[in-house]
Amino acid sequence: MNRMSWRVLAGAFAAAMISIANPFAIGPAGAQDLTIGLGANVTSIDPHFHNLSPNSNVATHIFDKLIDQDEQQKLVPGLATEWKSLDDTTWEFKLRRGVKFHDGSDFTADDVVATLKRVPWVPNSPSSFRIYTQAITAHEIVDPFTIRFKTAAPYPLLPTDLSTVFIVSKKNEQAPTGDFNNGKAAIGTGPFKFVEYVPGDRIVVTRNDAYWGKKPEWAKATLKLITNNSARVAALLAGDVQLIEAVPATDYAKLKTNANVALSQIVGNRVIYLHVDSYRDQTPFATDKAGAVLPNNPLKDARVRKALSKAINRPAISERIMEGLAIPAGGVLAEGFFGSSPKLKPEAYDPEGARKLLTEAGYPNGFGLTIHGPNDRYPNDEKVLQAVGPMFNRIGIDTKVVTQPWATFASQGSAPNYAYSLMLVGWGAGTGEVSSPLRSLLMTVGPGRGGSNRGRYSNAKVDELTNQALATVDDAKRDKLLQEATEVAMADVGLIPLHYQINVWGTRKGLTYKPRADEYTLAMSVSRSN
Amino acid sequence: MTVFIIRRLMQTAIVLVVMSMIVFVGVFAIGDPTAILISADSDMIERERAIAALGLDKPLWEQYLYFVGGAFRGDLGKSFVFNMPALQLILQRLPATLELAFAALVIAIFVGVPLGMYAGYRPESPVSKAIMAGSILGFSLPTFWVGLMMIMVFAVQLGWLPSTGRGHTATVFGVTTSLVTPDGLAHVLLPAVNLALLKLSLVCRLARAGMRENMLMDYVKFARAKGLTARRVVMVHVFKNILIPLVTVTGLELGNLIAFSVVTETVFAWPGMGKLIIDSINNLDRPVIVAYLLVTVSMFVFINLAVDILYSVLDPRVRLSEAKG
Repeated sequence: MNRMSWRVLAGAFAAAMISIANPFAIGPAGAQDLTIGLGANVTSIDPHFHNLSPNSNVATHIFDKLIDQDEQQKLVPGLATEWKSLDDTTWEFKLRRGVKFHDGSDFTADDVVATLKRVPWVPNSPSSFRIYTQAITAHEIVDPFTIRFKTAAPYPLLPTDLSTVFIVSKKNEQAPTGDFNNGKAAIGTGPFKFVEYVPGDRIVVTRNDAYWGKKPEWAKATLKLITNNSARVAALLAGDVQLIEAVPATDYAKLKTNANVALSQIVGNRVIYLHVDSYRDQTPFATDKAGAVLPNNPLKDARVRKALSKAINRPAISERIMEGLAIPAGGVLAEGFFGSSPKLKPEAYDPEGARKLLTEAGYPNGFGLTIHGPNDRYPNDEKVLQAVGPMFNRIGIDTKVVTQPWATFASQGSAPNYAYSLMLVGWGAGTGEVSSPLRSLLMTVGPGRGGSNRGRYSNAKVDELTNQALATVDDAKRDKLLQEATEVAMADVGLIPLHYQINVWGTRKGLTYKPRADEYTLAMSVSRSN
Repeated sequence: MTVFIIRRLMQTAIVLVVMSMIVFVGVFAIGDPTAILISADSDMIERERAIAALGLDKPLWEQYLYFVGGAFRGDLGKSFVFNMPALQLILQRLPATLELAFAALVIAIFVGVPLGMYAGYRPESPVSKAIMAGSILGFSLPTFWVGLMMIMVFAVQLGWLPSTGRGHTATVFGVTTSLVTPDGLAHVLLPAVNLALLKLSLVCRLARAGMRENMLMDYVKFARAKGLTARRVVMVHVFKNILIPLVTVTGLELGNLIAFSVVTETVFAWPGMGKLIIDSINNLDRPVIVAYLLVTVSMFVFINLAVDILYSVLDPRVRLSEAKG
């Protein structure tokens, strides 16, 4: 290559750099377009493949459910206009008329049946939605817009469970997951139509102008996957996205004062708590001060658990570590959700009382304890646990804090390993009812119960009350039973609640996001403020 | 040369087998993927169903043999999380990563080599000193931080460039790339510069060292005595000689750029392979982890092979058949 052509090349390169740097080269997004920065990875467009909330979040744009959950996770009509129990084991659902799928075909009871058949069928599902449809033992199509479900036993949670199951077209009963990802089978009745899914990058949808409900304000929505917190905030500040979810606590104060950004927030359905091994006679991480495992598990004693709870300064954690994005918790689901008891207040910070309880329980000098938790799962999970450690030290318990990536922690701390003695975990009530944490966290481990009871807490009274609630179709009675069950479990300190998370969204000025307790980020809930 | 290549390929096969075993056992030791993948609402029955569906109910050696059997048919298993063939998943992300690595490499070479050569040619000039000081910064500043600073300055404050993601793609000669659209170039610039910074410093320092060393050589004195212009001495004769170490290092660094640009891809939400491997490790998505590492190892082997061959072309003294490595 001679000198001349080098110069030409260099010139071309410089010209290219300048044209790239030209601010006008990037066209502004159309006023009808919305770009959203999502904080978690979406693994499939198939709404039945993986029971994972980021996936369901995206599916909510394209598909409808028989019953919807509103911002507070209250049940509202979706593709079913009304539903009632005819007797204890029979439910009747009236379906919405005149609803069309994105391909123009009509929605009828056959599509519901096809969906019920598809849910347990999906091959290679790492976590199936079967758990929400298995209560249905038989169905009966009364007419194309009336369907009845039979359950083996009284099952009041059927409407709640069905509010998580997306309805697909009967044409796609046997469609494999891949057909949804490439769009062939991604046909729903939802407010948006599927356009494109680029794994690890973005999902694009356009408005369904034939939607039966309130039509979204946006002709096109792009959901970008920006899992890094700082990058997501930067994208909002730069105006590349107009809405971000999961605003990190560290940026909250800064964004609040930014004139280009508006924040919206709501108390979420997630509780962060400490699960305590109250099952084993000897627990691996409760030791004497020299490090030898204690012959008796001190955590089996409710007084010791109460002492640990009293030792925690919850307001300090919520204010300082969570930067105000949490409220101290006294139960397993924040007030206002179905079945949560207004009587349950957060345990007051009382190290003196805690020491007294330890002395009563026979540990006047405390003992040694290692507490475990994840460091990449919940906002500030590691920092919270590191604050709890010294609080336990203050009442004479020599505490070591160990945190790990969720990948390691989850498989060690859960069934069947149960490797830890006291661990920090979180629980989001997907159904918006206290029955969800009660059933999974506090009921004795057994079939359909105690699936995430990592402390293997067991209390006959809690089991009895919860079982009763789970068989009571009458809402008012069930509400009361759930409250009672939680009160019993909390008086016994079946687990130690720390705080309820506050979900925060950030939008560009001029837009409003209607915040949701279930952490979902929906293009339908974004509107222009004026 | 043929013997050399065959020997190399045989070594590669052994490395691949050993590595697949290590990864298999390693991921197995980290934990049970179903504990992460399964919905927290699930009960024991659902857990057992998921374990069976993912083939995790069999003993580890049986799972490994099953994997090896599949690998011989070109099937490296299906991702637990995406339900797609692991290899397809990786190849889908490969173009994004390749274009980022390529753009970074171009920047590193076309900026780093001239700067380094100048610094080596006039070591005492203040400009050269500034270049060398700058290269120290390039080495020592964490990629993560630099990336965020670049976003803050160029995307947030100045609003010149987009902050995240990959731009529009177009298909040229059957290859789909974002390097040919203005939007795509605008998107790739910040991450490419971010990724290039470290390599740029490295190339710059190598070029400077090579320059200084070669300027003292006899052939330079001879060329000058012959009356060649300084430009010709530097651009032709010295340049050729400093290329040899540069090619070796650049080749190895290219592998690193492709396989381990995790940080840059995360900061800029670039949908490449680096992000895929991190997500897969977090989800214990073993088929993807194994397939990814197999692809990476193969890639390194071929890059090294190409470097060795290129080396023998650049330096006639090197004979490939003599190389025992």
